[in-house]
Amino acid sequence: MKARRNYPRSSEDPAWIRWLLIGISAAFVLLMLIAPLLFVFFEAFSQGWHLYVQSLSDPDVLASICLTLLVALVVVPVNTIIGLGLAWLIARYHFRGKQFLTTLLDLPFAISPVTAGLMFVLIFSTNTLLGGWLSILGLQVIYALPGIILATLFVTFPFVAKELIPLMQSQGSAQEQAALTLGASGWQMFWHVTLPNVRWALLYGLILTNARAIGEFGAVSVVSGHIRGLTVTMPLQIEISYNEYDFVSAFAASSLLALLAILTLLLQNLFGWLQSRKEKHARAVQQKNLGTPSP
Amino acid sequence: MALFRMKRSVLPGFGLSLGISLLAICLLVLIPVGVLIFTALADGGTTFLETAAQPRVKAATIFSLKVALFATLINLVFGTILAWVLVRYSFPGRQLINGLVDLPFALPTAVTGVTLASLYSPAGAIGRQFSEQGWIGRLFGPVDIAYTEKGVVLALVVVTLPFIVRTLQPVLETLEVELEEAGAVLGAKRWQVMSRIILPELIPALLVGSGMMFARATAEYGSVIFIANNIPFDTEILPLVINGKLDRFDSIGAACVALLMLGISAVILLLINIAQWRYQQRLREPL
Repeated sequence: MKARRNYPRSSEDPAWIRWLLIGISAAFVLLMLIAPLLFVFFEAFSQGWHLYVQSLSDPDVLASICLTLLVALVVVPVNTIIGLGLAWLIARYHFRGKQFLTTLLDLPFAISPVTAGLMFVLIFSTNTLLGGWLSILGLQVIYALPGIILATLFVTFPFVAKELIPLMQSQGSAQEQAALTLGASGWQMFWHVTLPNVRWALLYGLILTNARAIGEFGAVSVVSGHIRGLTVTMPLQIEISYNEYDFVSAFAASSLLALLAILTLLLQNLFGWLQSRKEKHARAVQQKNLGTPSP
Repeated sequence: MALFRMKRSVLPGFGLSLGISLLAICLLVLIPVGVLIFTALADGGTTFLETAAQPRVKAATIFSLKVALFATLINLVFGTILAWVLVRYSFPGRQLINGLVDLPFALPTAVTGVTLASLYSPAGAIGRQFSEQGWIGRLFGPVDIAYTEKGVVLALVVVTLPFIVRTLQPVLETLEVELEEAGAVLGAKRWQVMSRIILPELIPALLVGSGMMFARATAEYGSVIFIANNIPFDTEILPLVINGKLDRFDSIGAACVALLMLGISAVILLLINIAQWRYQQRLREPL
């Protein structure tokens, strides 16, 4: 845990200001973050444990859980590979067009999820060239699983790359070059030097991708067609239940996602701490080896 | 490969990583965005301008921008206070609140949406306090939150809060305390130190955070549609207009509105960059 800085008396705010600001912040966080989080669980169990389990055992809800997990199972590994490729490319090489590529990484953050879903509908809907051709082959993309996967891939692909690029750039390629001179092949270098150095940041990006892939709503809503039992993911199922006034079901499913969110937050904090500890350790080792005084 | 001329590098894997990256970027980004722009502007832009001028689209644009602006302003105040409190003070629960700030990022927007809609509806636990029977309602007059513009602003405040807090925290942590001390020694009161020493250092981060918040707020969908009435010309946000057009198989109209939203995001980004640049210029001017 980071040590609190000792601020000199002249930079301290008067006590009444401090407590006022802390009070305002606490009230704000309570109303905006804590109350909603607790409310999810409160509403989910408001009619008792039995109804909670019953809601989650409903076939449509179970199907939505399976579909959501399947989407995550595909999206997370694919985006990890894409993220690693992008990070390696951008962090280790200089080439014309690199700035453009880096800017493109920010694009999914600027695009509304609904627009993201719309783009894939435009490409694959059956009255276009590609869509018509695919439907003749019997492959459906929109209103089916592939479309959901594509839309989710779009909104989550920058996460891993954006976590890795600053880290790899600041780490530099010295260790990797050393490995090469010692006779390692490219893959050995990657597997034994590069990956261990970024492992916590990689895991951080991975769970971010996972959380977003499971929770994506707007893009999937447009692309899925809301076909019950087939193309309805958990967030969409929550919407359906809520609109049908089946609040226990909606909040029961929400409680599962909220638990996942809490787990994500805990892992995020853990991985972030582990990464910064690793960097401190690496700096200490470097100073010891080079004999330089600490900065 | 000659297209991507580069300095000779000893590290292997350029071809492979370039291949993966280009494939992903083309399939996931360039082609979809290209198809969107092409569909919207297929007839040279007439449909685009017509769609943008439709009363419902105009109303939704104004509404989206308005609620995004309110949410951004509210978060500028409270988010800054929260960031300040988290960095400068220690108090029980600080670590917990610090961790919770990321919750809107980790929680699916649909969950945030249904929760806020229920909680702040007239029958919900918090919304009830604001109604005629609640203690806040009786003190200050009844206020409806859910299903009104205020509810939309509330939802946007929740989902964009992490942007400003996480952007400010690193800047606050690396503030030079010596400058504050110097100001105090030279006779500045605390509020003068705040406004003339600390605040100017925060402005770049505030600008970036505001830009991110505003862009996210205009594009937000999942957390808003539950707490908003979604009535056209009243509380309809732009993404919902896109959905509506798609439902009526007007994919070209939907593409036009989507392009409009992209344009708004681009303009926001541009304005923020200009503001940042002007601020940097001012810093470089001799006193």
